[in-house]
Amino acid sequence: MDRTTMDLWVGLFVAAGIAALIGLAMKVGNLTSDHLGDTYTVSAHFDDIGGLKPRAPIKSAGVVVGRVDSIQFDTKRYDAVVTLKIDKHYKFPRDTFASINTSGLLGEQYVTLEAGGDEEMLEENGKGKIDHTQPALVLEKLIGQFVSGKASEGDSGTSQNTTENTQ
Amino acid sequence: MTENIVEINNLSFGYGSRRLHKGINMKFPRGKVVAIMGGSGSGKTTLLRLIGGQLKPTHGEVKVTGQIVHKQDRPGMYALRRKMGMLFQFGALFTDLSVYDNVAFPMREHTNLPESMIRDLVLMKLNAVGLRGAHKLMPAELSGGMARRVALARAIALDPSIIMYDEPFAGLDPISMGVIVNLIRNLNDVLGATSIVVTHDVHEAFSFVDYVYFVADGVVAAEGTPEELHASQLPFVHQFVHGDVDGPVPFHYAAPDYRQDLLRAAHV
Amino acid sequence: MFKQTTKTLRGIGHRFIDRIWRLGTAARFVWRILRRSSDNPLRLIGLTVREMYATGVLSLVIILVSALFVGMVLALQGYNTLQRYGSSEAAGVLVALSLVRELGPVVTALLFAGRAGTAITAEIGLMKTTEQLSAMEMMAVNPIARVIAPRFWAGVISMPLLAAMFSMVGVLGGYLVAVPLLGIDHGAFWSQMQTSVDFRADIVNGVIKSFVFGIACTIIALFEGYDAPPTAEGVSRATTRTVVNSSLAVLGLDFALTSFMISV
Repeated sequence: MDRTTMDLWVGLFVAAGIAALIGLAMKVGNLTSDHLGDTYTVSAHFDDIGGLKPRAPIKSAGVVVGRVDSIQFDTKRYDAVVTLKIDKHYKFPRDTFASINTSGLLGEQYVTLEAGGDEEMLEENGKGKIDHTQPALVLEKLIGQFVSGKASEGDSGTSQNTTENTQ
Repeated sequence: MTENIVEINNLSFGYGSRRLHKGINMKFPRGKVVAIMGGSGSGKTTLLRLIGGQLKPTHGEVKVTGQIVHKQDRPGMYALRRKMGMLFQFGALFTDLSVYDNVAFPMREHTNLPESMIRDLVLMKLNAVGLRGAHKLMPAELSGGMARRVALARAIALDPSIIMYDEPFAGLDPISMGVIVNLIRNLNDVLGATSIVVTHDVHEAFSFVDYVYFVADGVVAAEGTPEELHASQLPFVHQFVHGDVDGPVPFHYAAPDYRQDLLRAAHV
Repeated sequence: MFKQTTKTLRGIGHRFIDRIWRLGTAARFVWRILRRSSDNPLRLIGLTVREMYATGVLSLVIILVSALFVGMVLALQGYNTLQRYGSSEAAGVLVALSLVRELGPVVTALLFAGRAGTAITAEIGLMKTTEQLSAMEMMAVNPIARVIAPRFWAGVISMPLLAAMFSMVGVLGGYLVAVPLLGIDHGAFWSQMQTSVDFRADIVNGVIKSFVFGIACTIIALFEGYDAPPTAEGVSRATTRTVVNSSLAVLGLDFALTSFMISV
């Protein structure tokens, strides 16, 4: 085969391969929707993170403003430290309230930020800390509470032991 | 006084425990066509590979233009090989390249000549073997004799001072054979090269070589000019030259006594 | 009895040593490829481009056709199962994830071994049988640098590109079945896919996999060809071994890589 035709084919091949890679990244993957500009990190302590995972979205008023960076266990306070990466465009007051919610009944968990009224904003140097948090609602616990509530309605004054018995 | 382009001194070589050569001495003077002859499996082709440095001798040495082949490092070895051209048994043409590109291959690899000059040289080499008209063909489209002539053109592409031929006549018809014989002789004389021809074809070889080495049992069994060997009364040479079935080279592969073998079979 | 046992043991030992020996030879072979690759990088690029025609471009048809069908089948199967749970829109996610994570790299590698790998082994084996490699050496041209290295790089570069095309065409095949045929909503198909397919964890990992498979398949094909006994039978056996060894290597490496990627 002619050398130049061969070169042309190989060129087309490589171009198509790279196009496919870009297509995968843009059209199939979340590279476009996921792109955060400059970010700053703040940390938040939760009593229970439920099924929250790194890279889960952070939403405020339903808008994605960042992503969960990492989750660690605090050995001093015996709770979970969640590092949040928030887009530099969005500033939040110091008394912002963070909670962990679930999209739908069994969907993925995400962090919700509700802005408070403080004049000062969260520090953007990585030392920012959210003090008011609400742990994740864990379905098993909810069911447990519901059942124990039912039980105490019918037979008031029983302890939680009853709940376990009825289960 | 002619100098020796290639010298083989007390060379031994073997594959594993099988010893193929047991102390061989040969000399190849400049400008001569020398044949190495011997039965099948006597290590003739291996000798060529030892000269080309593709194999390392267990003892002794091969000297090419005064340099010991197996003591060269890779660049040194490649420098030596650039002085050699080798014609392989069935040509060994690159099947994915055309006749033209095959002959141009060594030039493109080793020189920075412009394409126009390479073209002239390639056509010149092909003309020397009478195949200038076939330069566009692919190796698959060539007959056995033509393929070997193209391979010869490729072997002499860089004007080597040593040309080695591995069984150049194997599987050729008499006409092609005659063509190759003429080419070997003429190219050698025109290029002022030294040719080493490995063959077992006594009649063809004796018609054009200057000197012959007979190899048998790992040593040089006889040597001399074709005339001397033709008149030789050495039993081995006589057998080889005249093609007798049995002689010093036995018809039977080494085996235990036939009668005992049969008797043993009866006991099993 | 005792004699029989020692004989069996000797056989096992012999085979074991043989395998280790071959592995060592293969490792040296790879080392030589890498070392010779730096000899003349500019020429190597030119030769690699030419080999990419044989390994990449000529494998395209089988890769793309297979990808289209694999994607369509995945969509059909996924839809059938998912609609029982009322989430047939997730068919897109299923198609995309299985292609990008697993089927893209793995099936491409298996097809590559069958199409390009066998061609490489047969070609190298034949070049060896017809003394072309020896002839090259006698012309003071290193066959590793001239013949083997370009094919190695061509394979290593082609594989991720082929796998990416496989995944992309597979997703399109899935789309063709899911949206016009099964009536899944166009927007839901793509948006669910985009929220579930992660660039780093899924796409990049898939590319890494196909890259590793490319190295493995190409080395196996080249080594089997280079190591083949110079006979017709030797070459045909080597070709078979290329397919068997490449397939096993790909599946084994896939498990190892997947478990590593999931745990990280």
